[in-house]
Amino acid sequence: MNIVIIGNGISGISTARWLRKLSDHKITVISSESDHFYSRTALMYIYMGHMRYKDTKPYEDYFWEKNRINLVNDHVEGVDYQNKTLSLKKGKTLQYDKLVLALGSKSNKFGWPGQDLNRVTGLYNLQDLEKIESFSEGLNRAVIVGGGLIGIELAEMFHSRHIPVTMFVREASFWDAVLPIEESQMITRHILKNGIDLRLGTNLKEIVDDGNGNACAAVAAESGEKVDCGYVGLTAGVSPNVGWLKESGLEINRGIVVNDKLETNQSDVYAIGDCAEQANPLPGRRGVEAIWYTGRMMGETCAYNICGHDVSYDPGIWFNSAKFIDIEYQVYGEVLAKPKEHHKALYWEHEDGEKSVRILYDVNDQSIVGFNLMGIRFRHEVCEKWLREKTNVKEVIANLTMANFDPEFYKKYEEDIAKSFSSQCDLSFSNPKKSNLDRVLSFLKA
Amino acid sequence: MSEVYKSMSISNPHPPFEDGIQKAMAAVAGVGLLILILATIGIDSVSTPLNLALSIALMSIGTLGFAYRAFRIKPAGIKNNGVMFSSTMSRGVIGWIAGIVITGFYVVLYWYEGLLGLGANGAANTGLVGFFDPLAMAIKGTPASQWFVYGTLYTVAILIFGVRFIWRYRHNRYQVIRTLSVMGFQLFFAYLIPEILESLNGDYAAKWFDKDMKNMWPLDYDMFDAWHINNMSTTGILGWGFLIFSLMMIFVVSPFLTYKYGKRWYCSWVCGCGGLAETAGDSFRHLSDKSMKAWKIERWMIHSVLVFVTIMTIAVVYGYLGDGSQYYITRTMFTIIVVAVLIMVAGAFYHFMNKRKDAQKDLQKIIMGIAAVIGVILLINFLTGSGNAFFIDNYSIKKWYGFFIGAAFSGVVGVGFYPLMGSRVWCRFGCPMAAILGLQQKLFSRFRITTNGSQCISCGNCSTYCEMGIDVRSYAQKGQNIVRASCVGCGVCAAVCPRGVLKLENGSTDVFEKTIDIRNNHVQMDTV
Repeated sequence: MNIVIIGNGISGISTARWLRKLSDHKITVISSESDHFYSRTALMYIYMGHMRYKDTKPYEDYFWEKNRINLVNDHVEGVDYQNKTLSLKKGKTLQYDKLVLALGSKSNKFGWPGQDLNRVTGLYNLQDLEKIESFSEGLNRAVIVGGGLIGIELAEMFHSRHIPVTMFVREASFWDAVLPIEESQMITRHILKNGIDLRLGTNLKEIVDDGNGNACAAVAAESGEKVDCGYVGLTAGVSPNVGWLKESGLEINRGIVVNDKLETNQSDVYAIGDCAEQANPLPGRRGVEAIWYTGRMMGETCAYNICGHDVSYDPGIWFNSAKFIDIEYQVYGEVLAKPKEHHKALYWEHEDGEKSVRILYDVNDQSIVGFNLMGIRFRHEVCEKWLREKTNVKEVIANLTMANFDPEFYKKYEEDIAKSFSSQCDLSFSNPKKSNLDRVLSFLKA
Repeated sequence: MSEVYKSMSISNPHPPFEDGIQKAMAAVAGVGLLILILATIGIDSVSTPLNLALSIALMSIGTLGFAYRAFRIKPAGIKNNGVMFSSTMSRGVIGWIAGIVITGFYVVLYWYEGLLGLGANGAANTGLVGFFDPLAMAIKGTPASQWFVYGTLYTVAILIFGVRFIWRYRHNRYQVIRTLSVMGFQLFFAYLIPEILESLNGDYAAKWFDKDMKNMWPLDYDMFDAWHINNMSTTGILGWGFLIFSLMMIFVVSPFLTYKYGKRWYCSWVCGCGGLAETAGDSFRHLSDKSMKAWKIERWMIHSVLVFVTIMTIAVVYGYLGDGSQYYITRTMFTIIVVAVLIMVAGAFYHFMNKRKDAQKDLQKIIMGIAAVIGVILLINFLTGSGNAFFIDNYSIKKWYGFFIGAAFSGVVGVGFYPLMGSRVWCRFGCPMAAILGLQQKLFSRFRITTNGSQCISCGNCSTYCEMGIDVRSYAQKGQNIVRASCVGCGVCAAVCPRGVLKLENGSTDVFEKTIDIRNNHVQMDTV
């Protein structure tokens, strides 16, 4: 069987790798972004000089030939679903038996005047990074519009090169649509502490043209203030990169609509990763989840389905992670900005204001619902097991040391946390038991 | 897409990461170094005790001042900004010059010590060695040697760059405590205590033996030489104490600690070579080659050195053991003991590894290696009889080992190539001690680096900053624990990970199946 995958990001490459593990089919991956798979999440580190482009490639270049994964650097311009043919920019056509669309996202633009000027980009792919690099020399100031995970990365990038940064953030506190208010305020403080000019409650009105087609200032909608700058970064979220397929007969809503087997409405065509939208998302999940981890899971699931194993896509218990300049963030389970009515949140914050643990439980049966961590690392599998088994919150607190994943010799805060939590609700939590890896291993095996 | 990388380095090759104060501090350190150079080339007026103190003080203040501006004044956290754009740290012109200069210094140190001013045949020291005489007199009551100069500079380097490292990773207690450990072991165990013991050992001044308690065979490859054993066994309680302690370290303490904590207890907490690599070499850790090819070369080289040093040591001991009149054991008894020990070691490996599918190849190689050693020993015993392994004089083999491995590899290449191949070239490709500890670590140790479930984003920071050239990411993205013979447990992969994916830890219940779980397989085949 001849399988063609469009897109060499984490989703497409996961499919290719798993197809090779499971089968002997012919595998072709097409991308016009890069010759080889690289880690998109590491774009910021290339700019900051932590790594070179080649350090971000998870597999050495010989890997692809050795595993008979055929890489094609070209741009797909059209798909003929009836004849199962792709037309490529460099003029060739390509036949497929099964087609996997792993097209990724593109940065959102909300119709702002000047949004298509030169010196305005998002931060999504290598080409964006190349442009940002070329605008950086002698740059007096960068304005970043949008305060999500990519916005803070872009701010940190410029900050690392001592380029002044102004951020226009619509929300009243940083990323408060996702983070509960205390965590959101912690990150807000951290951004300000780093000397980044954070403008909360600020929308972009327009980007000003310098007369030569280059952005030279950004205007705030509320105050009308004009911030002079040599670059504007648009990081107000991403949306599925499906515009070019709109008229092709593929069912598209926000993303390419897929069933639980990741199949589209066209036969033998699958869609995965950022560009896919679940027709029936599982409870508590969104149709489009543009994150690394779900992309990888979809890639794997898709390979199984192509190889004739019937596997429904199930992303399992929600988890995600990020880093806000120096503060690491992890979330497991259901932690919303505003907890659901029957969810109770317990929150502990270290006196340095840069570490916190939030635990949510269901008041009806005291079962654990979610963990939100700032500046403290938790063990994924332990949290996942507690969440899957709906463990009683008292038992979770009593064994909280098992979840700690901080490096050796780090200060432990479980006692403080248990005390603080006891004062916040009518449950009295016992002092957490001491723990070590052996205990964790036997807990996970049980 | 290599053109992207190229164009970026052209458009912004030198972003402003060094401020005016840092440049001034670099100049201060430069003046300190200049004083050393002036003393070395024999400007006598420079060579005063005050200037020696001044030189070391200026080099320390300059380096620390530079590091203070680079790390201490910034918010705590991982700040590898600009590493890949730096000429010094990324094999630019400055990096190459530094590599050549340090390499040159080591060549002079090992083979042209006269150029440093060591007085020949009892003549007074001049130049650099003479410059250090007052300090040597103060510490141990005898004039300096080139090795005293080297030891002093080595210790100063570990202390200064140790402080820099602590500032850089001050948010990370593992790194802070580990660095205090290497600084302490270097200052006290490798430098002050041996020098002071030497001065107290007046009656036996001519009978030198190694008083660095942490220097162990096979890193200390002349431990079992006749003169060394003789000097130890004829210098009273101190000598005997060191002999017994050394044997305990090799056969009891080291295997036990490696079982408990992995080889890191030695390589990144105690060892002097490791100490310099972790501190002065920290800026170059990312230069290690991460390719599969480099890993293959590494395994061949380091294990060949181990086999060679083992045979060589046995041959040397065999050579000076006579018929039993001079020592307690005869050559034949020694051969029987060594062969028995080796067979027991092979048996232990077989016992523990035979059930493990993942370890079959390793097991074969280990058994073959041990069998080769046994074969050579028996050949020595029965064919030559004269005590000359390979039909040439054992001490000339040892001399060549000392030249190629002991000096050229561990010193000249090991440190001289920091700015070119990273800080652990010797530890990774040559150190027989690291080879033994590595085998133990891989096959029976509680130590591993745990991968945190499915949290890896494959960014590559862990692999990039691994000084041993381990492709950490290749394990982390699979969700597999990292158990590699070469891992020295420095913990930097876990520190630079932006998602908290890695943790160095020890557990006893899964010693033989540490790497079996692949946590990042989303679909379980048995449920399909």
